[in-house]
Amino acid sequence: MNKNKEQLLNKRYKAEKRFRLYGQGAIFMALLFLTIFIFKIFSTGYSAFQKTWLIVPVTFDAELMMLEQNPSKEDLKDADYYDIALKSMADLDPNANEDQENELKRMVSYFFEREIKRELLNDPSLIGKTKDVYLTASDDLDQVFKGNYPRDLPEDQRRVTDYQLKIFDQLVELGKVESKFNLSFFTYPDSREAELAGIASSFMGSIFSILVCLMIAFPVAVLAAIYLEEFAPKNRFTDFIEVNINNLAAVPSIVFGLLGLGILLAVFQLPRSTPLVGGITLSLMTLPTIIIACRASLKAVPPSIREAALAMGASKMQTTMHHTVPLSMPGTLSGTIIGLAQALGETAPLILIGMVAFVNTIPGSPLDPAASLPVQIYIWAESAERGFVEKVSACIMVLLGFLIIMNLFAQIIRHKFEKKWS
Amino acid sequence: MNLILFIFIVLLGFTSYYFGRRKAYTIQSTNKRLTALPQFYGYYLAIWCAIPAFIIFSLWAIFEPTIVKLLILSDYSNQGYLDDELNLIYEKTKALSRGQFTGEITPFIEASAEKYLSLRSIAQSSKAVIVLSIIIASVAYAYKKISSNSRTREPVEKFLKAVLFTASLAAILTTVGIVFSLIFQTIDFFKVIPLFDFVFGTHWYPAKAFVRDSSEALDPTMYSDTFGAVPIFAGTFFIAFIAMCVAIPIGLMSGIYLAEYASVKVRQYAKPLIEILAGIPTVVYGFFAALTVGPFLKEIGNSMGLDVSAESALAAGGVMGIMIIPFISSLSDDVITSVPQSLRDGSYAMGATKSETIKKVIFPAALPGIVGSILLGVSRAIGETMIVVMASGLAANLTLNPLESTSTITAQIVVILIGDQAFGDPKTQAAFALGMSLFLVTLCLNIVALRVVKKYREKYE
Repeated sequence: MNKNKEQLLNKRYKAEKRFRLYGQGAIFMALLFLTIFIFKIFSTGYSAFQKTWLIVPVTFDAELMMLEQNPSKEDLKDADYYDIALKSMADLDPNANEDQENELKRMVSYFFEREIKRELLNDPSLIGKTKDVYLTASDDLDQVFKGNYPRDLPEDQRRVTDYQLKIFDQLVELGKVESKFNLSFFTYPDSREAELAGIASSFMGSIFSILVCLMIAFPVAVLAAIYLEEFAPKNRFTDFIEVNINNLAAVPSIVFGLLGLGILLAVFQLPRSTPLVGGITLSLMTLPTIIIACRASLKAVPPSIREAALAMGASKMQTTMHHTVPLSMPGTLSGTIIGLAQALGETAPLILIGMVAFVNTIPGSPLDPAASLPVQIYIWAESAERGFVEKVSACIMVLLGFLIIMNLFAQIIRHKFEKKWS
Repeated sequence: MNLILFIFIVLLGFTSYYFGRRKAYTIQSTNKRLTALPQFYGYYLAIWCAIPAFIIFSLWAIFEPTIVKLLILSDYSNQGYLDDELNLIYEKTKALSRGQFTGEITPFIEASAEKYLSLRSIAQSSKAVIVLSIIIASVAYAYKKISSNSRTREPVEKFLKAVLFTASLAAILTTVGIVFSLIFQTIDFFKVIPLFDFVFGTHWYPAKAFVRDSSEALDPTMYSDTFGAVPIFAGTFFIAFIAMCVAIPIGLMSGIYLAEYASVKVRQYAKPLIEILAGIPTVVYGFFAALTVGPFLKEIGNSMGLDVSAESALAAGGVMGIMIIPFISSLSDDVITSVPQSLRDGSYAMGATKSETIKKVIFPAALPGIVGSILLGVSRAIGETMIVVMASGLAANLTLNPLESTSTITAQIVVILIGDQAFGDPKTQAAFALGMSLFLVTLCLNIVALRVVKKYREKYE
């Protein structure tokens, strides 16, 4: 009998241990996913911050550039750089036939002409001389140099030819291939060529959308929250508004995209693909988030503050505007930032209102067509070229960086400025 | 022009604030008692200055284009043009007046363009005149009120309260906007495709409707067997089911562990770390699922001799499950912590172990709240878009094999609406019909979930 009891007790203790282990296992799994996730993004993305350059000697032959003697600045801008650019690439292998010259040309990006031009514009005295110029390598060679490209594939299955690889290896041996920090990733707009694609256009699109979203959502949400928390009578209509807000917070984001498409674009005829429409759509999405955060922080202001102000003869409106609302601001602001961070990562509604269009200019206002950072991730992820994989991861790193900064900022505001009532 | 007028109104508003306040001081200096603080005099005057002007201004902006269009097109009214042609003429006229028209310029259109320009300039100048006279009238009225030292605080506060109330209507307006944007297209869609075919049809090939030449008349038989949404609905719930299979055990167990077992320190670090998962944008999960998880599952499957699609429902659903873990864990954590301590103490006093207390006492007590949190998770899984678009297939297969690819409501909406859409095309309308069903399903889930959670909260408060 006694033994039985002990067995039972042991069994129960074991069950207890098992249950505890399940819990630890669940937490471990969740954290494991997070780690794999971040590791995967960083390990594929870090190499995008480096860019491979070929150092090619360029002879600035005035005749080939169709330049006359003592050219002015204007002449230099209008000169023909294509021929000297082609010639300097062809000169990498003096014995190259015509096909091979073509292959040589494709070892660098199609910006090579522009890069040579920039070199001369910086230093016009180069005319007639030869200088080593840094040219952006094509994305396939870039991947080869970073070791992401399988070289042992048969030639007809890869985009770099044996000949290109041979010349490239010669250049590497000569020390004519260099890897430098990829500034153009941050300053160039999107491009069909992976080596020239940057996030500048989508970054500006994101900034404009978020600004529009902030300018609409913040005032409306704060005013609505003040009304609901401080002034609204307890009746059916107020309940209806509250039910609406809670439901909107859980409506799938793509439905807001349909709203933007069906109302903003089709009825109001706002311009497609613009951050203005994107921002309005996002603001409708963040509205409930900010309202809920603002109401929570208004609720946290103790009634004694209100009573004290009322006792001093302030009106209800003065009490609210001069005392309650300023005291609730830290909570409201951190809620707003978190809402904006969500909006910054949102993709689906922006796709529906056409912000996936290929934009290769940097937008200057919310009325110019643009993409946004998450949409850029989507666009690049759908591209087949190998060079875009690391770009996607790098773009994700930039986006995550912004989200982390925004969330930290929200935390700091909350902890530094929020009053603890006790 | 509009911008100048706008800035002008704003500037006038600010100056009238200062005028009103100064008036209050002059009244005060005559030893009369003010009826409100001086700034209320200022606000009063500023509101009267700016608000009527803005109302006229925005009404004008809304109605001017329609009226101008009517006037222009009245020239063409008895020539038997169709509505679409009239719209085209109007667009041409506008383009020509802006100097951006590149096509053939007919004298008719040129005349309209001139008329358009003159109408616009008349409209602009009359707008300026009307707005200015409104400002003068209303400021004069308000100034007289101030001078006679009548009450200013009450009207100003009433106005502010009205503004607050209007802002709170934004939520209702958004809901109305959603319903309106969906309902018209959906009704048009069901005029072509019978509701029965949509809800019970098992073939979904919207691309078939796209091949249609636009000059052809609408032929309903062409669309039969094209817009059967069963495979889409099935795929949606199937992927959501896979997601919940991942999210419920992990999310629930970590919620329970955090609430009942974890030390303060573990809780302090683990909870925010898990919540990071909720902050990662879904497009990032989509990329992860498409690039890493999909090929990984395919490789494992191949090594076991299984035929796994690179875009399997398992990859999309699994990654979606990871995304939902934090929702379930933090909601169930909240729910469990709000179970009163007395229930625990009672159970311990009877000699129950901690896990027995959790399983037999706390879990049943917290069940409504947990069910609510799971329902919210399901609603999120159904509405999730980017993971499915990027990691799951785009062809709608009716299958229950998690290793094959399926498609979902959200993915189909994106596939149909990406790029240029022609409103009035049954394919575009199909996307709105899908959006309507998505909205209704998630709405029901949300209402039930929120109600359950609310009831539960009330029980223990």
